[in-house]
Amino acid sequence: MTGRTMFDKIWDQHVVEDLGDGVQLLHVDRHLLHELSGQRGQLDLKKRGLAMRNPELAVGSMDHVISTAPGAKGGNFPWADRMIESYRAESKAAGVKIYDIGQDGQGIVHVVGPELGFTLPGATLLCGDSHTCTHGALGALAWGIGTSELTHVLATQTIVQQKPKTMRASFDGVPAHGVTAKDMILALIGQIGTAGGMGYAVEYAGEAIRGLDMEGRMTVCNLSIELGAKIGMIAPDEKTYAFLKGRRHAPAGALWEQAIAHWNTLPSDADAVFDKEHRVDCARLAPQITWGTSPEDVIGVDGRIPDRKPDALAYMGLAAGAPIAGTKVDRVFIGSCTNSRLPDLRAAGAIVRGRKAAKHVEAWVVPGSWRIKQDAEAEGLHEIFLDAGFQWREAGCSMCLGVNGDLVAPLARCVSTSNRNFVGRQGPQARTHLASPAMAAAAAIAGEIVDIRGF
Amino acid sequence: MEKFKTLIAVAAPFPQKNVDTDLIIRIERCTGTPKEELGKYAFEMVRYLPGGADNPAFVLNQPRYRGAQILVCGEFFGTGSSREVAVWALASLGIRCVIAPSFGQIFFSNCLQNGLLPIVLSPSLVLNLIENASAPDAPQFTVDLEKQLVNGTIPFDIAPRHRKMLLEGLDEIGLTLALEPRIAAFQAADRARRPWIYP
Repeated sequence: MTGRTMFDKIWDQHVVEDLGDGVQLLHVDRHLLHELSGQRGQLDLKKRGLAMRNPELAVGSMDHVISTAPGAKGGNFPWADRMIESYRAESKAAGVKIYDIGQDGQGIVHVVGPELGFTLPGATLLCGDSHTCTHGALGALAWGIGTSELTHVLATQTIVQQKPKTMRASFDGVPAHGVTAKDMILALIGQIGTAGGMGYAVEYAGEAIRGLDMEGRMTVCNLSIELGAKIGMIAPDEKTYAFLKGRRHAPAGALWEQAIAHWNTLPSDADAVFDKEHRVDCARLAPQITWGTSPEDVIGVDGRIPDRKPDALAYMGLAAGAPIAGTKVDRVFIGSCTNSRLPDLRAAGAIVRGRKAAKHVEAWVVPGSWRIKQDAEAEGLHEIFLDAGFQWREAGCSMCLGVNGDLVAPLARCVSTSNRNFVGRQGPQARTHLASPAMAAAAAIAGEIVDIRGF
Repeated sequence: MEKFKTLIAVAAPFPQKNVDTDLIIRIERCTGTPKEELGKYAFEMVRYLPGGADNPAFVLNQPRYRGAQILVCGEFFGTGSSREVAVWALASLGIRCVIAPSFGQIFFSNCLQNGLLPIVLSPSLVLNLIENASAPDAPQFTVDLEKQLVNGTIPFDIAPRHRKMLLEGLDEIGLTLALEPRIAAFQAADRARRPWIYP
């Protein structure tokens, strides 16, 4: 018998019922709620006259619509405050623990799930947000769902799913200084395209993945959906366990030992066969930056803007053939579920320390969680950013999608550590370049896109 | 959910690749806009000119495609955000069927939850259909889910469960609630296997 993949092992452990034709009913171990999609699902559930089946298997945060203005305690709009209130009330009535604004535990759902130890290896975890794939970094089987499926989870603690195929993406070699987890995953997306992972659950493996810290692994898994894959995962190891141990929702005592014994059985067997394999040579990678309106439109920062996708180039206001470095920028956004964790802020801070943002650049740092903000301040990171003229804001999704009103102006150019450079994503006619925190920080200082390796 | 009956309708060609759900519906419209009003915001960034007038170049603004119920799309339609509002916006616009070589996976699931039929065909077949729909004298398209045929001759695959759900207008939550004893049994056994999962 050939070996089994981690994905297959975890999937099979969650089958409640085989519904035939490759469709199965799976148990949902963990459900993360936020005030935008979660609230809509709560209202749908209520309309159906149903109750939440397992509130103890869910936790909620506030992230999408809340204001990130320094000191903010709610939304920027009356509709946002109504949504927040409704979400609070429904969660309370259902008995779901919500980490509210100003509380330790509040933050972007995909940051606080791992931070709270709510995300666990081998667990199925769902959330009404496409970047739920982030949680795969801990060896969880996690993906994003729409409102109807979210309501299904609230009502039944299960999900109906067709089993995807499996893909392994191996990252070989040691990345050069200045080449980060963000660059590694952007390079893969550039290599196989945004549809390259469609229909697959992706396992990231190889020396360069093992070498990443947990936060870097989260960045890699976060961009799985930009690869077209709903699911991305990394085998748990000693780093995973060290990260989780002692966290608020993580098992403790005898349960911890029992859990570790189970988690050790999860990694793919040595002879496991994947339906598809890809490789990325990390030793040769330059820091990556996008030039177009899809995450697959990505090049090394030392490259020239390709002569294709004329519509994307027109939208971005770029000329084919020109070097991408030297492109003037107006905004810098360091944040989002992709890159807002403490090591991300440290990497950006190391670039910014002792320097000033260019006069024409408005630069923001939006920590991923309340806890990260406190920890960063304890290290003095906020002072580095504030001294350089950056804004230091409250935790939330902010300018990644701008639903709370944090927007980039029309035609303005933003280097962003987020995950989507789609047309209008950061605001109508806004021009987004995706890059790592260090690259974004350097762009803020230089006032233009620069190669971090020579900065 | 509304049952999917054989659809005979105008098909609009929309060959752009990688159309993401941000383009289908802006995030500001996902904050409580009633479902039935979402149609006017569908594709708003490309459908209207600055100032709010209809963009004549946008396919659904052309008189012959107004009222189209079928979209024939480029590769990887509905990529990106999980926002189900994108499907609601298309439905509110009157779209009942989307044909493409491939779809964003979450968007695909969201279609099925709302009685909107996503059909996957080979890139060459989709290209032919885009040409057919673009022809000056383009006839209406026929989508027969029962026989799994587009225009009477082009067969398409669909998972039997999805076909049944759409044809009968079944509600997945209702179906799963009927399996409650199985869910309870799973949790009881799993609690013994993996007690750390259950607080």
